[in-house]
Amino acid sequence: MNVIVDILASVGMWEAMFRIATPFILGTLGVLLCERVGVLNLGIEGIMTFGAMIGWLTVYSGGDLWAGLAAAAVFGAMFGLLHALMTVPLGLSQHVTGLGITLFASSFSYYVFRLAIPTSTSPPTIEPFRPVAIPGLSEIPFLGPVLFNQTAPTYLAILLVALIAWVLYRTPLGLAIRMTGENPHAVDAQGIDPILLRIGTIMAGSALMGLGGAFLTLAAFNSFFPTMVQGRGWICIALVVFALWRPGRALLGALLFAFFDAFQLRLQTAVDGVPYQIFLMLPYILSILALVLMARKARVPQALMQPYRRGER
Amino acid sequence: MTRVLELDGITKRFGATLANDDISLHLERGEIVALLGENGAGKTTLMSILFGHYTADAGTVRVHGQTLPPGKSRAAIKAGVGMVHQHFALAGNLTVLENVMTGTEPLWRLRSDRAAARDRLAKLADRFGLPVDPDARIADLSVGECQRVEILKALYNEASVLILDEPTAVLTTQQAEQLFATLRDMAAKGLSIIFISHKLNEVMAASDRVVVLRGGRIVAERATRDTSKEELAELMVGHKVERPKRPPARPGAVLLEADDLHLSGRGGAPLNGVSFRLRAGETLGIIGVSGNGQTTLAGLVSGLYPPDQGALRIKGASLPRHDVPHAIAAGIGRIPEDRHAEGVLGDMETWENVILERLWSPDYARHGIIRRGAARAATERLLKDYDVRGARVNSRVRLLSGGNMQKLILGRVLEAGPSILIAAQPSRGLDEGAIAGVHRRLIEARDRGAGVLLISEDLDEVIALSDRIRAIAGGRLSPAIPAARANAQLLGLMMAGDWDAARKIEQEAEAADAL
Repeated sequence: MNVIVDILASVGMWEAMFRIATPFILGTLGVLLCERVGVLNLGIEGIMTFGAMIGWLTVYSGGDLWAGLAAAAVFGAMFGLLHALMTVPLGLSQHVTGLGITLFASSFSYYVFRLAIPTSTSPPTIEPFRPVAIPGLSEIPFLGPVLFNQTAPTYLAILLVALIAWVLYRTPLGLAIRMTGENPHAVDAQGIDPILLRIGTIMAGSALMGLGGAFLTLAAFNSFFPTMVQGRGWICIALVVFALWRPGRALLGALLFAFFDAFQLRLQTAVDGVPYQIFLMLPYILSILALVLMARKARVPQALMQPYRRGER
Repeated sequence: MTRVLELDGITKRFGATLANDDISLHLERGEIVALLGENGAGKTTLMSILFGHYTADAGTVRVHGQTLPPGKSRAAIKAGVGMVHQHFALAGNLTVLENVMTGTEPLWRLRSDRAAARDRLAKLADRFGLPVDPDARIADLSVGECQRVEILKALYNEASVLILDEPTAVLTTQQAEQLFATLRDMAAKGLSIIFISHKLNEVMAASDRVVVLRGGRIVAERATRDTSKEELAELMVGHKVERPKRPPARPGAVLLEADDLHLSGRGGAPLNGVSFRLRAGETLGIIGVSGNGQTTLAGLVSGLYPPDQGALRIKGASLPRHDVPHAIAAGIGRIPEDRHAEGVLGDMETWENVILERLWSPDYARHGIIRRGAARAATERLLKDYDVRGARVNSRVRLLSGGNMQKLILGRVLEAGPSILIAAQPSRGLDEGAIAGVHRRLIEARDRGAGVLLISEDLDEVIALSDRIRAIAGGRLSPAIPAARANAQLLGLMMAGDWDAARKIEQEAEAADAL
């Protein structure tokens, strides 16, 4: 019991929660945008991998850390465009296209990486984002170091939650996006082209996925290896259901998952005699439980996974 | 009079078919024009061109004297054309206000002005007598309310020309009457309205002028007061259509007996004590405004749900188990109310749909394996015998028109030779020609000795087909009157739950039978 209390009382645990949550926040927002406009994007796992690679490579070749993030977003958007072109105007299966993009983007990342870094046994490193203490606020006991001593991309991710919530619920564009995910015919009848809207939104969502991947190489670690995304993309897909397709809840879900992950990492070292794999499973098991509880309330976008063709019902 | 809309020489081809052939049409301010035609006459195509969903091959659209650029719905909306689609273009998970607002503000504004929109919607609703709760979720609204939202959406876009595509297809008779009253009122306030329809009653009741479309061309144009239902029917179909006459019934043994059936909570509105008898060789019509338990009754009798209380006896015996397979085995055939949801599987092939209800019959399956050859042959025969057009054995059923889909369902049911036929709203949404066909088949089934339970909300249909008529109101059945004594006024009273007159007539009829 003491062990658990010690872990929960440590600043490190809560500070780590926000760090671990960042790629989940970005990825979940990305999936959320795509699904709100009616398209499932299973390309996330590959897009995150590519974002991690291209972000890292940009910085390694002499670019700024921000240029690395920008590159990840741009390439994310490009993969998004590919996914959108296949699933929206062509109306191909969103599952198959998404999985194809994941397989392609993951392998392509490693290929590009090997082209750039042909020979090395230990992966080369870069100088990643450092925590930025916000003057004043970071002095608050406990909360200060937890909330206000994070890296720039973590702050960015949290700002994006607010921004996307604003766009979706307060602007005409957001209303049109939500309407497209519910009934593209209705959007068309109001004189807005749902096809263009879908393509644009998927690109934006995929850019966020790219950012989520880049966080791994530019802030969480300092090097790239091909398996580093480790299923985070799939977790994001589940988190969107948990979040009931709402940005605020997406943040909550990402934090919850990250909490369990940070917690189990500490349990591994603190508890003897239990195989560490048991603890590794913990966040996943708990997410499945949370998902089961939440999914009953879920209000799925009605046009999710339904291709739109004019004049057809 | 000012001319608000003018279509000039509209022509549209889809592959080899000429959907619209040189159509010219105009609309004056404050006028209600009915565009009448059978399914497939080109009505919807024409309106889609007007609204910019399709681009015409030739011809122009002018609104208030301005020519609209082809293929741009945005431009049509701006010019003041509002379209109310047959299948509502609404998003169920969003609120009324959100549905109405979508696309009405510049997309890139940083903040949408909900307060102003709410205000404007309330004013419109008030002015045109279309009350709605702006914060209600669309999915929680009734069909009639959804349609109100659709109309408000058009008005919100400052429509001065309103186009309604088969506006009553999904409405009950009451809701339809209310809608037309609203439209009249709107026209009096200066709106110009075109509504598409294939129902003669409503065209006669609600329009100032009728334009009849057949095979993609305008075949006639009449001022409504100078024409008649009969003339319009003939113009629409192209030849004289007559609904079949019903020869006198020769009722036989009691086939179906319901004794004080109660059911609540399943299948819709509850049943509160329903009793009736259906004999071989007769049609019992059950008329009622939808939502009074007729859907529940149809479901119960076809075996979908067992009664909470009371008994259903088929040929004197209760079902060993009250479920669909046992009901079918006992000789019940059903024509479901909603053919898309309960009648066919749209994405499966025709032959699969044909054998669906008889998968366990040795005709179509042996040792758990489907006899595809036999099934296909039977389907082939059925398509020919029942004149199902547009279907092939291997084509998907969803591509069929409503009338042909209904013929397929009729064929499937009647080929099984049921002794009891439950026909729920059998001609809903069908055009004049198809209705006559369905009626002919139902009369044939009766004459062959089947008992037909006809559930409908169409007065003409019930009077034409039934030998005896009961009304359903509040989950109870009225006394039965002979069809010969039925008229609209009496049936109206019965549907409203006033059964004194009907009870008297029933007693007289029973006394006459006893003699």
